[in-house]
Amino acid sequence: MPNSLPDLTIHAALAQLHSGALTATALTQAVLDRILAVDNHVRAYLTLDPEGALKQAAAADARYAAGERAPLLGIPLALKDNLSTRGMETTCGSRILEHYIPPFDATVVARLKAAGAIILGKTNMDEFAMGSSTENSAFFPTHNPWDLTRVPGGSSGGSAAAVAAGEALGALGSDTGGSVRQPAALCGIVGLRPTYGLISRYGLIAFASSLDQVGPLTRDVTDAALLLNVLAGHDPRDGTSHTGALPDYTAALHSDLRGMRIGVPANALIAGVQPAVAQAVRAALEQLAALGAEIVNIDLPHDEHALATYYLIAPAEASANLARFDGVRYGYRAEAETLDALISRTRGEGFGPEVKRRIMLGTYALSAGYYDDYYRKAQQVRTLIRQDFERAFAEVDLIVNPTSPTTAFSLGARLDDPLQMYLADLFTLAQAIAGLPAISVPCGYDADGLPIGLQFAAPPLQEARLLQAAYAYEQATAWHRRHPEFIYTQEGELSS
Amino acid sequence: MALTREEVMHIAALAHLELSEAEIALYQEQLSAILAYAAALQQLDTADIPPTETALSVTRAPLREDEPEATLSPAEALHNAPARAKGCFVAPPTL
Repeated sequence: MPNSLPDLTIHAALAQLHSGALTATALTQAVLDRILAVDNHVRAYLTLDPEGALKQAAAADARYAAGERAPLLGIPLALKDNLSTRGMETTCGSRILEHYIPPFDATVVARLKAAGAIILGKTNMDEFAMGSSTENSAFFPTHNPWDLTRVPGGSSGGSAAAVAAGEALGALGSDTGGSVRQPAALCGIVGLRPTYGLISRYGLIAFASSLDQVGPLTRDVTDAALLLNVLAGHDPRDGTSHTGALPDYTAALHSDLRGMRIGVPANALIAGVQPAVAQAVRAALEQLAALGAEIVNIDLPHDEHALATYYLIAPAEASANLARFDGVRYGYRAEAETLDALISRTRGEGFGPEVKRRIMLGTYALSAGYYDDYYRKAQQVRTLIRQDFERAFAEVDLIVNPTSPTTAFSLGARLDDPLQMYLADLFTLAQAIAGLPAISVPCGYDADGLPIGLQFAAPPLQEARLLQAAYAYEQATAWHRRHPEFIYTQEGELSS
Repeated sequence: MALTREEVMHIAALAHLELSEAEIALYQEQLSAILAYAAALQQLDTADIPPTETALSVTRAPLREDEPEATLSPAEALHNAPARAKGCFVAPPTL
């Protein structure tokens, strides 16, 4: 009989921990057993710390026994490997950072620890978060728990696969152009990208600083709100950190959508969208209308330029951020006679193909003679994209579209064609460019049993509204209650 | 917009990336395709449009108080260095 403890939501596990029906040690051991049973197939983790996790669990049980409470006390979580963890290897999915041990915790990691969470380990990702399939990891690809021949999405594919397969109760990822929302959609879970500035970026290894945001991956919307409560808040160590007062996001979780106006962009269900995805999103719109929302057609005229805009701005910022990897202070070092040769050879050997491609693209877009035509032009179009959203949000409260144009594609299918891979982010880039919060929730399955995600976007700092609509939709459906069959056959084999 | 082999090598030098012959050929083709796609932006009239440098929707965070904080020890700072000696990072000569 498979153990269902690893498939608990965070809020359900907390209720049992609070009542004394469950111990953090039993919960953590069950999750570690699940990892042992399935991770040789899923390959979600780059680093696992079973001993440390059980020690943290014992400490959590002692605190519960002493009558203490904390928001995530005793909850085992996973972290994307671009979040700095003091004393725990942090590779960013790259050879150039293999064996790197950060001397400090990212602010989000410190916040999770302060809230009592147990850190299980670090999850696989596309190198430096550049990718949409986790195949750009320098170490190995991660497999989608719903079909092991398919990708989990990316770049937070390890975190998404871990949560979907019960290898963690929740996880953190990072989202630069869709890297939390798209893998959440492809793995049948919830992924939230908050407003730019709501969650500290301190200790998140930088990819594109004007776009990067940390976000939670969870089994339901309530868990996303619980994690957001812990993660959001001002951090003096991040110069772009929001300073205002924040609400209790769990207070927004109620099911009444009467009076809410939900906009659907004209291009949301265009030709490139897989028919099963379009059908599931149409059905979701009917469901939202049945819950009392008014569905309104809107126009985002510059949306079609989001892909080109993103693939100029993000690589340009990446080319500057990744200049720090020089083989001198940390990470991989190639041998050479002079410093210049050492730096170029270290970077040539230490970075993988997609990272080099983007550094080259960004360097070109910033170089003398091309800056105005490419980088500055993209920043101007970024303004147009933001203005489109501002106009739209004068008319509607939320905007809905598919999270991904397709369900999970096969491993290897898009590796040789970078532009085809970039299209996986078609529906998640514009919100990131505009700094908006957005969430992906499960909204159905295709004929092959692969999950489909529905995306809601809100105006800046309107996470409560976003969570309210996502929660109302989720509670009216049962999509989020499914688990991949494969995890149970694996556990059965292991225990028999 | 097709890049020449010389342009690819110039960008690689600017970016401090040592590339193989095969990589130079591959990036020449792939970067040309991506830049051709991005050329669609040139058709937009952005003459009077200010650039957006950051997605910050709120005012910039204030500077923190100028109070000393605990920082890394030299040993911690050097811990990950591939080569170190006498409390310093070690690198080959610059010339």
